[in-house]
Amino acid sequence: MEVNDEMVDKLAHLSRLKFDDTEKAEIKNDLQQMIAFVEKLNELNLDGIEPLLHMSPEINVLREDEIKGSISREEALKNAPLHNEQFFMVPKVIKK
Amino acid sequence: MFEFSSIEQYHAQLLKGSTTCLQAVEHYLQGIEATKHLNAFIEIYADEAIHQAKELDAKRKSGKQPGKLHGVVVGLKDVICYKGHKVSAASAILNNFTSLYSATAVERLIAEEAIIIGNLNCDEFAMGSTNENSAYGKVLNALDETRVPGGSSGGSAVAVQANLCMVSLGSDTGGSVRQPADFCGIIGLKPTYGRISRYGLIAYASSFDQIGIFGNTVADVSLLLEIMAGADEFDSTVSKHEVPAYSKQLKTSKKFRFAYFNEALNHSGIDKEIAEAIKKRIDELKNEGHTVQAVEFDLLDYIVPAYYVLTTAEASSNLSRFDGVKYGYRTKHPGVELTEFYKQSRSAGFGKEVKRRIMLGTFVLSAGYFDAYFTRAQKVRQLLKDKTELVFSQFDFILLPTSPVTAFKAVEKMGDPIAMYLADIYTVMANLVGIPAISLPLFSHSNGMPFGLQVMANAFDEVSLLQVSDTLMT
Repeated sequence: MEVNDEMVDKLAHLSRLKFDDTEKAEIKNDLQQMIAFVEKLNELNLDGIEPLLHMSPEINVLREDEIKGSISREEALKNAPLHNEQFFMVPKVIKK
Repeated sequence: MFEFSSIEQYHAQLLKGSTTCLQAVEHYLQGIEATKHLNAFIEIYADEAIHQAKELDAKRKSGKQPGKLHGVVVGLKDVICYKGHKVSAASAILNNFTSLYSATAVERLIAEEAIIIGNLNCDEFAMGSTNENSAYGKVLNALDETRVPGGSSGGSAVAVQANLCMVSLGSDTGGSVRQPADFCGIIGLKPTYGRISRYGLIAYASSFDQIGIFGNTVADVSLLLEIMAGADEFDSTVSKHEVPAYSKQLKTSKKFRFAYFNEALNHSGIDKEIAEAIKKRIDELKNEGHTVQAVEFDLLDYIVPAYYVLTTAEASSNLSRFDGVKYGYRTKHPGVELTEFYKQSRSAGFGKEVKRRIMLGTFVLSAGYFDAYFTRAQKVRQLLKDKTELVFSQFDFILLPTSPVTAFKAVEKMGDPIAMYLADIYTVMANLVGIPAISLPLFSHSNGMPFGLQVMANAFDEVSLLQVSDTLMT
């Protein structure tokens, strides 16, 4: 698997990350190494083995659908870097 | 002069009146102050701890029944929430975040009258094996300050190693409790996946993460486990299995059946002295009347690759919540559009190793590569689980080294992620399979550093695991 600039750009976008040129060269090299490392798994014959999807032995963990308090609006907004009385603030998304 | 050896002894001294909770707290606060350069603590709750100690002393003297952890001084890894206190996973992206609730594990400690003395440094989002990837700087190994304490729970290990608290909590996703315990010469326990609620533990890889315990004695670690473990309405993955009173059933004269892997002890990466010490201990166990047998295990070289595919995938998904809006670092650049805003906030907030892992995780989950990498690793996980269960159908425990090397010098491996990842070769197995494992500080190397023996047991068999640990430690 060859990691190229285009792939790094695509993964960075999907990850919502940005890299400058120096960082990009570095992450490209790291990814190349890490992918080659995990490709070791291709040596194994996995015919007939199902993927393990759940670690917890618990199944159907049910509870009554009751209204219970969680946190207040004031508490929820407390850690937000920018908010008003009621809402989290984001850059404007609706364009004219 | 206050001296701590075990919770049981401390409680005996309190009841006798030869010490107080306040004396204990003041002793630790002085120790923390005197060893600030180790950088184990991020924040110290001095006033609160003193206040609680005074209240507990008054309560005890009034004749009220003390809690099981009455006055026990505990430190928390900076990934575990404690209401009203800051928590940041040692990341700049969570700078100034205050917990709105406490982790279930912490609630249960406090309900038994534990005193939380502060939060402890770690690798950012628990990703690392040296505690050098922290927004607060690296932590030093108290036995040799030129060496790393291990990671990711390096601060938690050093806090117990350097007598800065009685016991501490860490989290273990691929060895982050056992490996620093090994490097620092103390006990580190990772319970079965789902034994302790993960509510209030900042997520790294949710199908691997488990809160773990550092301590000096098996009895102390067992007591904390029995208090924290068990069903929790806030975590649907936690087990409802009944929680035994582990600390009350440590003594046994049982003869056990141990398995070990020649592939592990003869691996190219292992320090010869470590391999020899463990082989020697294996012979001693035989002489003590236990059954010890080599079992063939040909998957050793596949477990770290499988681990990195699965954990980075889960991390890339878990860490998508850090968007600069609801909490955490927000870019200061005005006028950027929303997608660019996310990118700028996340890129400035996350450290290098975290970004590396998010990128790899995004790759293995992306269209076109999902089956070839992610699904394949999930199949390897199943294969590994089947093989491990087969071993436990004939044996009580698997013996492994905890780490192939003793604590390395700071910055020795920082440039090479793969060399760093391979240092996890013996610890990730327990997390891939979900079984309990412990590192016991039994050995010392000619380089002056300690190292441990790792014992793994079948899922939810912490009773046997702690019994054998107690036997091995005495």
